[in-house]
Amino acid sequence: MRYLISFCSAAAIGLPAFAAEPTQGALNFQEPATRIAERVIGFANPLHIAMAIVAIFVAALLVWVCVRYNRRSNPTPRKFSHNTTIEVIWTVVPVLILVAIAGPSFSNLFYQENEPDLEVIAQSGDFDDPDIFIEAAKEGWITVKAEGMGNWAWTYYYPDELDADGYEVQLVSNGIHKGLPDDPPATAEKPRYLATDYPMVIPANRYVRYLTTSDRVIHSWTVPAFGVKTDAVPGRTNSGWFLVEKPGVYYGQCSELCGKNHAFMPIEVRVVPQAQYDGWMEKMKAGDIDAAAQFVQVIQPADGSTRLAMAE
Amino acid sequence: MPMDEIALDHGHDHDHKPGFFKRWFLSTNHKDIGTLYLIFALVAGIVGYSLSGLIRWELAAPGVEAGPLVQIMQFFGAAQGAEAIEQAKLFYNVVITYHGLVMIFFMVMPALIGGFGNWFVPLMIGAPDMAFPRMNNISFWLTVAAFVLALVSMFVPGGAGVNGFGGGWVLYPPLSSTAGHPGPSMDLLILSLHTAGIASILGAINFIVTILNMRAPGMTLHKMPLFAWSMLITAVLLLLALPVLAGALTMLLTDRNFGSQFFDPSGGGDPIMFQHLFWFFGHPEVYIMILPAFGIISHIVSTFSKKPIFGYLGMAYAMVSIGAIGFIVWAHHMYTVGMPSDMKAYFVAATMVIAVPTGIKIFSWIATMWGGSIDFEVPMVWAIGFIFLFTVGGVTGVVLANAGIDHALHDTYYVVAHFHYVLSLGAVFGLFAGWYYWYEKMFGIKYNKTIGYAHFWTMFVGSNLLFFPQHFLGLNGMPRRYVDYADAFTTWHYWSSIGYAVTLVATIIFFVGVIESMLRRRKADANPWGEGATTLEWTLPSPPPFHQFNELPVVKTEGGH
Repeated sequence: MRYLISFCSAAAIGLPAFAAEPTQGALNFQEPATRIAERVIGFANPLHIAMAIVAIFVAALLVWVCVRYNRRSNPTPRKFSHNTTIEVIWTVVPVLILVAIAGPSFSNLFYQENEPDLEVIAQSGDFDDPDIFIEAAKEGWITVKAEGMGNWAWTYYYPDELDADGYEVQLVSNGIHKGLPDDPPATAEKPRYLATDYPMVIPANRYVRYLTTSDRVIHSWTVPAFGVKTDAVPGRTNSGWFLVEKPGVYYGQCSELCGKNHAFMPIEVRVVPQAQYDGWMEKMKAGDIDAAAQFVQVIQPADGSTRLAMAE
Repeated sequence: MPMDEIALDHGHDHDHKPGFFKRWFLSTNHKDIGTLYLIFALVAGIVGYSLSGLIRWELAAPGVEAGPLVQIMQFFGAAQGAEAIEQAKLFYNVVITYHGLVMIFFMVMPALIGGFGNWFVPLMIGAPDMAFPRMNNISFWLTVAAFVLALVSMFVPGGAGVNGFGGGWVLYPPLSSTAGHPGPSMDLLILSLHTAGIASILGAINFIVTILNMRAPGMTLHKMPLFAWSMLITAVLLLLALPVLAGALTMLLTDRNFGSQFFDPSGGGDPIMFQHLFWFFGHPEVYIMILPAFGIISHIVSTFSKKPIFGYLGMAYAMVSIGAIGFIVWAHHMYTVGMPSDMKAYFVAATMVIAVPTGIKIFSWIATMWGGSIDFEVPMVWAIGFIFLFTVGGVTGVVLANAGIDHALHDTYYVVAHFHYVLSLGAVFGLFAGWYYWYEKMFGIKYNKTIGYAHFWTMFVGSNLLFFPQHFLGLNGMPRRYVDYADAFTTWHYWSSIGYAVTLVATIIFFVGVIESMLRRRKADANPWGEGATTLEWTLPSPPPFHQFNELPVVKTEGGH
């Protein structure tokens, strides 16, 4: 019922929240929500085209030799078995193609992997560089730790935020659909195997540092629209970062086999404007997790236009 | 070749064939052992292929409760309702795990290495048999024992109330430790893989010694047929990679049973260490599966183009470099475990280098066909299919090599599509190509060519329909090893399962072809392929005599073969 109410209220205000989730019959990546994902797709798409050209080139050569050099059209086989020039060409040309791939590949990798230095970015005057977010850098990091749980849930910790009792703000996020007969019905607001009871919440346009770990077996935390995926390994804390520009609901699914409910361990991230995040955090600190979850059921519009939003 | 003498030998040797039990159970004859391996691989292949059928049946439509696994659990487990669904989820993990293990260790490896390797390495290098015939027999029966152990492990308690180990073929702890699977299933599986590993190491030693010491007079390494080259490199990879797997498995075994904590963080261990050890074996393992197919394809392309292999030395050393580089790229399977970015950058660079020797092989096959006079016999169409499909699997490998992109695609169906293109459509197409190429030689009977073509085309259409849509699923975010999926993934999963149904038709056609040829028993020719078939096995009758080359052939021809 709660879902129904929130769905109706969202419809009434006419604010269908942006949601990044898989689409039926899709051929390519989900729409990017971070610069990281945008760069991944910006690199992968031309790479796929280049690789398709290679495959089509090989197929065309095969068709050509089958047509031109079959028994009927070429009854007498030639006997050559060497041609140094062509051998050098088909060694050197692939090397050049790979070197061309390596450039953007490394640049992409280091952009994703190396946590940006916010102090340096904050002092940068280059407002045209899409890879950095100067205003966000001035605000500093938001840190969230995702712990994969033995009972196929994610526990999210906000280590920089303490509640009234002095504990880190934290919440356990369970998938609401388990493939069982008593699952709630799937709706557009609560898609099957993607929606959770209590989502992870982060503000839009803020640098987010995420940490992953696990209490028992290995899981993997990912949101396809963010272009990030990091294993949650017991005994280790891995980290990564992203900055989501567009408020909305983003879904991911556990991506390392973790036992029975591996397919029923979704990741739901609600990206909300800073003001709404602050309100959510107030309610979390007060210990009212249901009120907090209710507070982000409808995502308020962005408080400023963003680069990705403007690009649309 | 002294054909007359061999024919004489043939008649003479018939008298020395041992009785049925001694011949097939105590065999020391490389051809009989090869046949045993092929029969074994067919049986294991049926098991592995049935398991993949369960996967595709389950995933044909969303909803675990309506899937076949729940029915199976209700039938065997006597559990009903929600409990049966919970068991079906666990059983699904068991099915995908054993599908992978059976296909890799008990289908592709025994067929390509044990089957074709045993049959044709001695024949091609002009040797009377393998160097260590009794060890050859031990290798085969240990493989059978390993398979039995693996099957038994499916039917003993694994974890959480379901039989069998459901932690994926990669066996990552802690899921494979007592934390994830406390039951005896995983221990039996470790024993099974140890046994299979010993069998493969013994086989590898046998191949290396045979190839290095028993080549016919005049056959230098640089005149040796490429299939023998591929087997030599495969054997070296096995010899170097399998002990590392054995070490990792032993550590896992002691973690499980004797209180060690190699992979347990609570005792200072690290689960990621297992992954490094596993993939140090696991990456060479994928080349172990594809290199013999490379060798087979080279012979087929050369035979039916009626031309010598283009760039023979380049082909041989491309395989050597693929094998060597294969040992220094393992962590590209682990981009998301939390490695430093510089380390990832190294593995990106090393991985992409493999595309160069692989490209040399693809282009050299095409150059072998160029200027030839191609006969589109059944093995040739399989070989052409192999070249194209392996290329498709190869280029998606180049995409995945980039750690930046792999962060998005790791553990999604894109990866599943990639490695099935190189294995299910690569190694398996190579396997069928070899089967149709050497069938007459091995069994002395002809197969029906129309059935062979029908098998190829249904398999080609079916496996592409099965695996190509999985690229789309992966790009859109569908994770691997999921018993059920978000509704949006339904379309492509449905078509993928339809593709499986088409391959099922193809498989039935394959068996119809085998049975038809056995019933009709059309007498085979010594060399059905004509002038292009220049390797030594075609100088012998079909099937070859029980003992061949009692008088060693002398190789005088110039060039490769």
